[in-house]
Amino acid sequence: MSPLRCEVVTAERIVFQGEVDMVLAPGVQGQLGILPHHAPLITALTYGELILRRAGQEDEYIAIGGGFMEVGPHQVTILADSAERAEEIDIERAEAARRRAAEIMAQKRREDADFARAEAALRRSTTRIKVAKRKRKAGGKP
Amino acid sequence: MSSTREIRRRIRSVKNIAQVTRAMQMVAASKMRRAQEQVLATRPYAEKAWELLNHLASQRAADEAMHPLLEMRTEIRTVAMVLITSDRGLCGSYNHNIIHHAWRFIRELPYPVHLITVGKRGREAMWRLRQTIVAEFSNLPPQPRLLDVTPIAQVVIEGFIAGQYDVVYLAHTDFINTLIQRPAIWQLLPIRPLFLGATQVSEQHQPRTEMAVTEYLYEPDPRTILDTVLPRFTELQVYQAILEALASEHSARMVAMRNATENANELLADLTLTYNRARQEAITKEMLDIVGGSEALARLRGERSAHRAM
Repeated sequence: MSPLRCEVVTAERIVFQGEVDMVLAPGVQGQLGILPHHAPLITALTYGELILRRAGQEDEYIAIGGGFMEVGPHQVTILADSAERAEEIDIERAEAARRRAAEIMAQKRREDADFARAEAALRRSTTRIKVAKRKRKAGGKP
Repeated sequence: MSSTREIRRRIRSVKNIAQVTRAMQMVAASKMRRAQEQVLATRPYAEKAWELLNHLASQRAADEAMHPLLEMRTEIRTVAMVLITSDRGLCGSYNHNIIHHAWRFIRELPYPVHLITVGKRGREAMWRLRQTIVAEFSNLPPQPRLLDVTPIAQVVIEGFIAGQYDVVYLAHTDFINTLIQRPAIWQLLPIRPLFLGATQVSEQHQPRTEMAVTEYLYEPDPRTILDTVLPRFTELQVYQAILEALASEHSARMVAMRNATENANELLADLTLTYNRARQEAITKEMLDIVGGSEALARLRGERSAHRAM
């Protein structure tokens, strides 16, 4: 099976570059799984975890904060607004951010601009925590 | 001697200056390298985003209205300009060049210009020129991240969509190499995709790119994706412009500081020469005094002995 050439880039750096067998991405209309020979597709992505699956290797987990994905038969390019590999995430900071966001949401009213911001922050930090924990669990297994 | 002491004091202070400027030169050099790396790091994303943007923009159905960020307005009433300068001085003619370039450009425009300044120097200069400043950003972190500059892009996008501005220009300094930085002004909004220009004409003759041949599926639909790509792209352009300007600033400062160090060293050589000459002069004078004194004494003694002999 011919693998997929996968690139994950943000405006600041290239986060991942390499060959993978499968890409699981958080599309705006639900989770998307991309295998080789997929029909060409351009889609918007939302907050969530991006999983890159490789045969014989550990999965790569990346927390992304929205963006776009371009899919060709043999290549997947992801332009992410933000992207962090699981091992780069500071879990304590993410926890702190989540608590802060939750606090703000508890205080402000729904129509407040801060509420929306806090909600976005909450989703972002929750994703990051989830991704970071994945790595820890995966790393624990022999 | 007061003059040698004075010279010595000057030598000491010039030495200090040379040390400080050399240190600043080193700091600027390393900051420049980092800024350059940051600029390079944005390229892959920028290229992909540009490809995507051109592709999406060309997908527009004939009856569909053009995206507001792409649409050229027929009547232009007000223009906005993002002017990128530095917060601090001591960087040669860096700020002067870009500000003058922008000022010449503004004076030639027949429309009122609203300024969004990035960096204190540009704000102060434009304020002195009695220009309208609608927003001001300064004290950006030394290594800005995309998030640090998105508010700047937001201001112009919102202003443009609301119809406050009909064209938005961006003035910044292009980093060419360590010695050359060129002030540049270009149109930020409306975005002008390539397909509107030369590519469409040459399409039949040139082999099409992979992007142009393949029929894509869109999720949710091209318009929605375009809605998110365009603001992102504008943010990215502002980000890149700021990074380029930062690299330029640091290299301008590096060159300015190198010149300052060289000048200080030259001055130091001059002063040391003058000091040595003054010192030598003092010694000679002292010698002359001593010799003169002893000679006078000897003469005196000679006269006395001559008296006695008489």
